[in-house]
Formats: sequence, C-alpha cells, structure tokens
Amino acid sequence: MSLYLTKDHEWVRVEDDTATVGISSHAQEQLGDIVFAEVPEAGRKVAKGQEAAVVESVKAASDVYAPVSGEVTEGNSALGDDPSLINSDPEGEGWFFKLKLGDPGELDGLMDEAAYREWVKTL
Amino acid sequence: MSSEVQNSDIATNEETLDKLPLDAWHRARGGRMVPFAGYEMPVQYEGIMAEHLWTRENAGLFDVSHMGQLLIHGRNAASALEALMPGDFLAAADMKPKYSLLLEEDGGIVDDLMATRRGEDFYVVVNGATKQGDIAFMERRLASDVVIDHMRQQALLALQGPRAAEVLEAIIPGVSKLSFMEARPFAWQGRSLWISRSGYTGEDGFEISVPAIAAPELADAIVAHELAKPIGLGARDSLRLEAGLPLYGHDLDTRTTPVMAGLNFAINKRRRSEGGFLGAARILSELQNGPPQKRVGLEVDGRQPVREGALILDGEGNEIGKVTSGGFSPSLQRPIAMGYVASHLADDGTALKLEQRGKLFDAKVTAMPFVPHRYHRKGASA
Repeated sequence: MSLYLTKDHEWVRVEDDTATVGISSHAQEQLGDIVFAEVPEAGRKVAKGQEAAVVESVKAASDVYAPVSGEVTEGNSALGDDPSLINSDPEGEGWFFKLKLGDPGELDGLMDEAAYREWVKTL
Repeated sequence: MSSEVQNSDIATNEETLDKLPLDAWHRARGGRMVPFAGYEMPVQYEGIMAEHLWTRENAGLFDVSHMGQLLIHGRNAASALEALMPGDFLAAADMKPKYSLLLEEDGGIVDDLMATRRGEDFYVVVNGATKQGDIAFMERRLASDVVIDHMRQQALLALQGPRAAEVLEAIIPGVSKLSFMEARPFAWQGRSLWISRSGYTGEDGFEISVPAIAAPELADAIVAHELAKPIGLGARDSLRLEAGLPLYGHDLDTRTTPVMAGLNFAINKRRRSEGGFLGAARILSELQNGPPQKRVGLEVDGRQPVREGALILDGEGNEIGKVTSGGFSPSLQRPIAMGYVASHLADDGTALKLEQRGKLFDAKVTAMPFVPHRYHRKGASA
C-alpha cells in the first residue's frame, strides 16, 4: 500500500488496482471548518485532473480533482451526514472516493509522502 | 484542489496593505491575516465555527480599527448633515448613536454608517473600504464651515455576546448601565474611551473607540477574562448574516436604495414629509409606490452553501435577482442567504430557485433576522 500526493493537495492511497482519494491535512487546515462535501457516485469515469468532488468550508468552495484516471467504485457516503470528518481525519475517515485505476503509470508523476510533506513546509 | 474565496473587498496584489494598530497582537494570538479593505486583518484564530458559537454564548472581541472614525464639527453640522442624509440630525439626542446612510443624488447608497451627536459635533463611524471615498464625498458637499476630522489615531474594538457586559464591566465600571444604542465617554488607565452599546452581530455588546497606542493593552485586559476571546472577520461575517444585517459592498451599493434594502427605519418621519436630502425624489417615490426589488432572507434546502453572486430564479426559471450574501449558518447548521428579488416575489414563504455553478437549489423567502436579536434594551431585565 503506498501513498501519493499532488500539488493540488489531493492524496491517493493505492492497494492493488484500487485507489482511495482525499484531501491532505494541510488542505483541510487551509479550508477551515468544512460544512459540505459532494462526492462522485459509483460508475462515474473520471480523468486525471478533472473535477471529481466539491468541498465547501464556511468561507470557500473548492473543487477536488481526480489525481489519477479511473472508474469510481464508491463515494464516501459518511461525508453527507458529517462533512467535518474531513477536518478531523482528512487522510483516514475523511476520504472522498475510491476508484479502479485506469492507468497505474499515472502514479509516477505524483509526489510520495515524504516529498509532499517537505514541499508543503515551503508554502 | 482549487478554492474560490469570494470577497470583493480583498485588495489586489499591487495595493500596499496597511497594518492595524493591533497587527502584532493578532499575529501573536495565531490570527490568520488576509487582505481586507486595504488592511491585513485576522480572518480567524482557532476557526470560524468555534469563534462564531463562542460569540453567541460568551463574549467575542473584534478589531474593527479599519473602519473610519470621523468627527464632523462646525456650527451648522446638524443641518449640513441633513442635506446629505435622511436622518433627523437637528433633533438628534446627545450620545444616542443613529444608523444612517450616505446617498447619491439618485438615491443609491454610498455607504451606511452610525452617527452620534456629541454636543454640537457628530461622531460618525463609516465602513473601512469606503472611508476615503466617503470623506471626499462629504467634503465636496458640506459647507466650508463644517469640518471633517478623520480620527486616524483611534482604534476601534467591539466586544459582542451575551456575556460582553459582564466582561467589560469588570474592566471599565459603569459600562453595563448603558442601554442599547446609548454611548458616552469613559476613562481607563488614564486614557479616554468612547463606548457605545451597539454592534454588528445581533447580540448585546459594545463598540469601544480607544487611542491606538493603548489598544493592545485594552485588548489584553479584555481577553484576560475567561469569557472573552479574539474573533476574526470570518465569524463577524457569519454572525451579521444570521442577524440579517446588510454589509456594504455586498448587500448595499450605489445600485440599491434604502427602500429596496428594507432600511426604511433610517428615513426619519419629518424628513419624509420635508425631503431635502440627497436622493429624496427617488426615495420618497419608492416609499409611496414601492421599490422595484426588495432585499429578502432566503432559507436554502440541503446543506450546501449558496453564496454571493448566485442567481435567484422564479418558478418558471426567469432570473429575478441575485444572492448578495450567503453561507453556512453555524448557529442553525444550515445554509442561509440574502439577496434582492422582484418585489412581487418578496413575500415570506415564496418558493424560489437559486442557481450556482450550474446547479439548482430550492429556497424560500424568510423573515430576517435568521437568529433573533438579543439587544440590551431599556426596561428589559439584565
């Protein structure tokens, strides 16, 4: 199981050919109190870089991009009732959606966890 | 992920930002500073939601030193101000702040403000983003024997919330004797303060004009009380939205009139019959015949916030107005908004649709405030 992150602050955790996607701890901290999230439904095909989900804090609305291409297998329904999970556990219970990887080669362009954590410190 | 923070008061990068007298104080307390009205200002400390709820239950300290504090003096200040604004300045009682509006010739709103008679003078507090324009606007129109002093050396703090009186009384004895919309001078540690019982949250509270040099010390003394915490601009915005209070530059501007905005209370009875203020022709006609659009409150279905700029549609999908403020209400845990709609669709309970980023939302016109005001009125128990 390995974790990759993007410069847009999405994370993707890969297990076999399934990827789980969410936003980083840094991202939720910047957004502040999250009050709404809209996640894609199973069956939707998303392309790398395409808008796949919406997250809104008290202050701002943000698009969440698909860090890799694939077919959504599950949206996190728990976020509908409790979007604050994204604040309290952004890289765990606050995941957005899972997808079946279309092209595992796309992962090569992403940062690994250590590189991302280093890069975030420079922001 | 990409965010769109919407705030038309956010300065462009080319502008140099001024620092508030409490700049270092905010940073030392973890304030996240953002550009607002030409200043770097704290948008939040621990988080907007927590700060909002704290203010509704305890006491929140706001730094509103970006606002313009003016002293307008001269023998004929009252009649000069009546030529500009629709309030009763001639008979205004001493030390009683009154809400009023600077208007264009065509009745459009230049700014909204609080004006308090101090003897022959008027102490006027205007919005931060508009203060330079307001001063120029008034100087062009006031007689030469009326002078505007911009009190740049004064900071302005607001302490708001149901425990505000208890907190401030412990520091400045006597303040709790003020009623809502009363003001007077106080002294603290040898400094002169001007304190009014007023605010912008719908809660009981005070606004304190203090020499900038003494502001950090006073802010320290206030937050040393366990019931008081510093509160940022983010919660200031969500609190005033719940209270149904309009924000200049968003809910009020030169395309809106006081009658459209539902601010008829600011148009004095004598002035309605006499006229003689800027914009009187249009304002008096709108009072008689009704305005083309009205500012209304909107309850939005679901959980997703609908924000400034969203379109308001009637049942057939025709655009009838725009949302001018909107967000998630921390107290009600649901989205609320305000905006302008065609007057025939402004009645409470009218079902409307909102359109934001291609998505439709069901909404209903609702009376404001969304959260009841809890002002400290005379005769009411403490």
